[in-house]
Amino acid sequence: MVKPSSSSSSTSQDALALINSLRSAYSATPTTLKIIDLYVGFAVSTAIIQVVYMALVGSFPFNSFLSGILSCIGTAVLAVCLRIQVNKENKEFKDLAPERAFADFVLCNLVLHLVIMNFLG
Amino acid sequence: MATRNLGALLVLVLAITIREVASVFQPISDSHRSAASELFTPAEGSFGSLEEAYEALRSFEILGIDKPDIRGASGESVLDKLGSSSSAPKDLFYALKVNSILKCEVNKEVFEGIASRLKAVVNGASSLLDIYYSIGSLVLIKNQSSEVDVLLADADGIFRSIKSLSQSDGRWRYSSDNPESSTYAAGLAVEALAGVVSLASSEIDQAMIGKLKRDVSKLFDIIEKYDDGAVYFDEKVDQSPLSTTASVVRGLTAFAAVTSETLKLPGDKILGLAKFFLGIGVPGNTKDFFNQIDSLACLESNKVSVPLILSLPATVLSLTKKDQLKVKVSTVLGSSAPPVTVKLVRAFSSGSKDASIIPSQELKFDKESRYHFLDVLPKNVDVGSYMFVFEVVLHDSEHETIYATGGLTQVGVFVTGVVNIDNAEIAVLESDKSVETQKKLDLAGENAVSLSANHLQKLRLSFQLTTPLGHTFKPHQVFLKLTHETKVEHIFVVGNSGKKFEIILDFLGLVDKFYYLSGSYDLQLTVGDAVMENSFLRAIGRVDLDLPEAPEKATRPPPLAVNPYLKYGPKAEISHIFRVPEKLPPNHLSLAFLGLLLLPLIGFLVGLLRLGVNLKNFPTSAVPATFGFLFHVGLAAVLLLYVLFWLKLDLFTTLKWLGILGVFLLFVGHRILSHLASTSSKLKSA
Repeated sequence: MVKPSSSSSSTSQDALALINSLRSAYSATPTTLKIIDLYVGFAVSTAIIQVVYMALVGSFPFNSFLSGILSCIGTAVLAVCLRIQVNKENKEFKDLAPERAFADFVLCNLVLHLVIMNFLG
Repeated sequence: MATRNLGALLVLVLAITIREVASVFQPISDSHRSAASELFTPAEGSFGSLEEAYEALRSFEILGIDKPDIRGASGESVLDKLGSSSSAPKDLFYALKVNSILKCEVNKEVFEGIASRLKAVVNGASSLLDIYYSIGSLVLIKNQSSEVDVLLADADGIFRSIKSLSQSDGRWRYSSDNPESSTYAAGLAVEALAGVVSLASSEIDQAMIGKLKRDVSKLFDIIEKYDDGAVYFDEKVDQSPLSTTASVVRGLTAFAAVTSETLKLPGDKILGLAKFFLGIGVPGNTKDFFNQIDSLACLESNKVSVPLILSLPATVLSLTKKDQLKVKVSTVLGSSAPPVTVKLVRAFSSGSKDASIIPSQELKFDKESRYHFLDVLPKNVDVGSYMFVFEVVLHDSEHETIYATGGLTQVGVFVTGVVNIDNAEIAVLESDKSVETQKKLDLAGENAVSLSANHLQKLRLSFQLTTPLGHTFKPHQVFLKLTHETKVEHIFVVGNSGKKFEIILDFLGLVDKFYYLSGSYDLQLTVGDAVMENSFLRAIGRVDLDLPEAPEKATRPPPLAVNPYLKYGPKAEISHIFRVPEKLPPNHLSLAFLGLLLLPLIGFLVGLLRLGVNLKNFPTSAVPATFGFLFHVGLAAVLLLYVLFWLKLDLFTTLKWLGILGVFLLFVGHRILSHLASTSSKLKSA
């Protein structure tokens, strides 16, 4: 908790108000997109933990490290693409069925991980 | 004319016969005794077999060595073998042989049992080896116990059955169905036949014995010969010449011992056999050693003719020490010979065969040391190598039928002495041969002359070598070596003209050979010969050479010779450099991060629960539900395939399976997703 102080009280209140409005706006997001967001967060945080590990002990099996990172980043990027495609607000992909987008996502993930596994060593 | 030719021919024949017996054979001596003690060492107190035990005991017995420590264990195994009713004839044979030396107490009943069994074997046997071992065992029983009846009732029949295996050339077959004939088998057969004769209850047909005698003498027609007079029997297969000859000698002496008639064999052949066994020296393995010693013992006491060996304790005689020429005549085992006279028939220099330098004379005999010796070498014996021809004559003419002396024996002898070195001097000459500097050398002592010369001058070294009798001496090796400071060496052979050895080094012609290397050269003179007692290799000083500058095209001095020990020695060890293994983090840190990696996954799952995710959209009707299920199974299968790819599969196998799974996945995926799409579009339109 941030202690209320005379100088920063208005800023913190503004920040709180901002966060609250963001939260309320996000709660209107469909559940499917939330799931995807959650998945992206999961992938990115996994990548971050691997980077921290590398920073601590070194990148000795460098290909393994790269595979791990690229697997996470790659799947996160693919998930973001999926999110863009299934978001109904994006008029650009209006004609694209979300099922088709999901099929693309699955296919791309399979190809990505084939390469990752090959590179893992 | 004809008589002269005949005389020349006789000399030639004599020379040839003498040539064949040039090397000296030493009788058995202490070196054999010490070798025997080393060779026959039983492993852990006993020998591997009774055969080996017999060979050791017999060798020790002949050489007069007492080794009580091996008797106990051997005695036990002898009694074991004799007491067992299943022992093969060969085992019994060697057990009895060992017992003949050890003389263990054996019951009369045991002997009788063995004897009756062996007799049955002899009567029924067709193989020569079986008969040999059985007959041999019976003979041994006869010698060890006088009470046992070992006499053969049908000795004639057994004699004939063994004789039927003999071949026309004197060799024998091992059995009637084996066409191969063998000299080794001949020795065994003759020994067995000798046993049959001694075991016969009635007289053997004399005609058969006569035939056997002819067989034995035929055997001596196929004898092989060495140049030094040694003779031996050879076998193409299986047996070595040594064991073959030993077998024949054993058979021959056994046969000679039992027959009442004399076996007439040429004495020089018997002597040749003795020389063959002695010529081996000291064999390195037990079998050869036993064969050698046993055969020599057989020859030592045989009834055909006992070989006498003439040997010299030393074949190098020094004139300065006034060494006496000593000759010893002994039997093969080194015991003393009957009274003999040793004649020095003649002696000649190895180079020239014609003139004898010592008149033919008898050697004097010293009763104490049992040496025949020549008091003093005649005055006209100079240094050099000589051939001495001896003849051994038996005093008692009756002995001539018992002993074989082998006629003339030729022995090579070196006479050494001090060679005088005179008039040694070294000089530097001008090109017109006028002497610039000259120095006397004392080649018997140390010298340190110091000379200097340039390329227009010459170096002359000269000396004389005379033998104690004043003759010119020409040694094998006379070398002058010049060594430059940089270790470049030049070796010159010093030639002789008449009495004088002289070498003149003309530096003008040698500058190229010397690689234009100016500076100090060490001089070293080598004079050496086998009969020169004062052979030397001596530094005589140095010479400073002033040679012109090398022209551009001059040959460079060769690189210094690498020390051969370094060249062929071990190479420097190669130290391999390996990649240093990467530093790996401690195990627990990696595991901690593995746990940390699970946190986002848990967070993801918790988030899903919080969002209220459910599977309500999963199709309910059977067909799409099956496809949906198969779709997920397919995805799991592909992921499992990836894990397998990571763990063990190769890329091609993986791609093959991935192709199959991919088609399946494509099909079910398409079906389930299009089903979902159609339901959602229906929902929309509704």
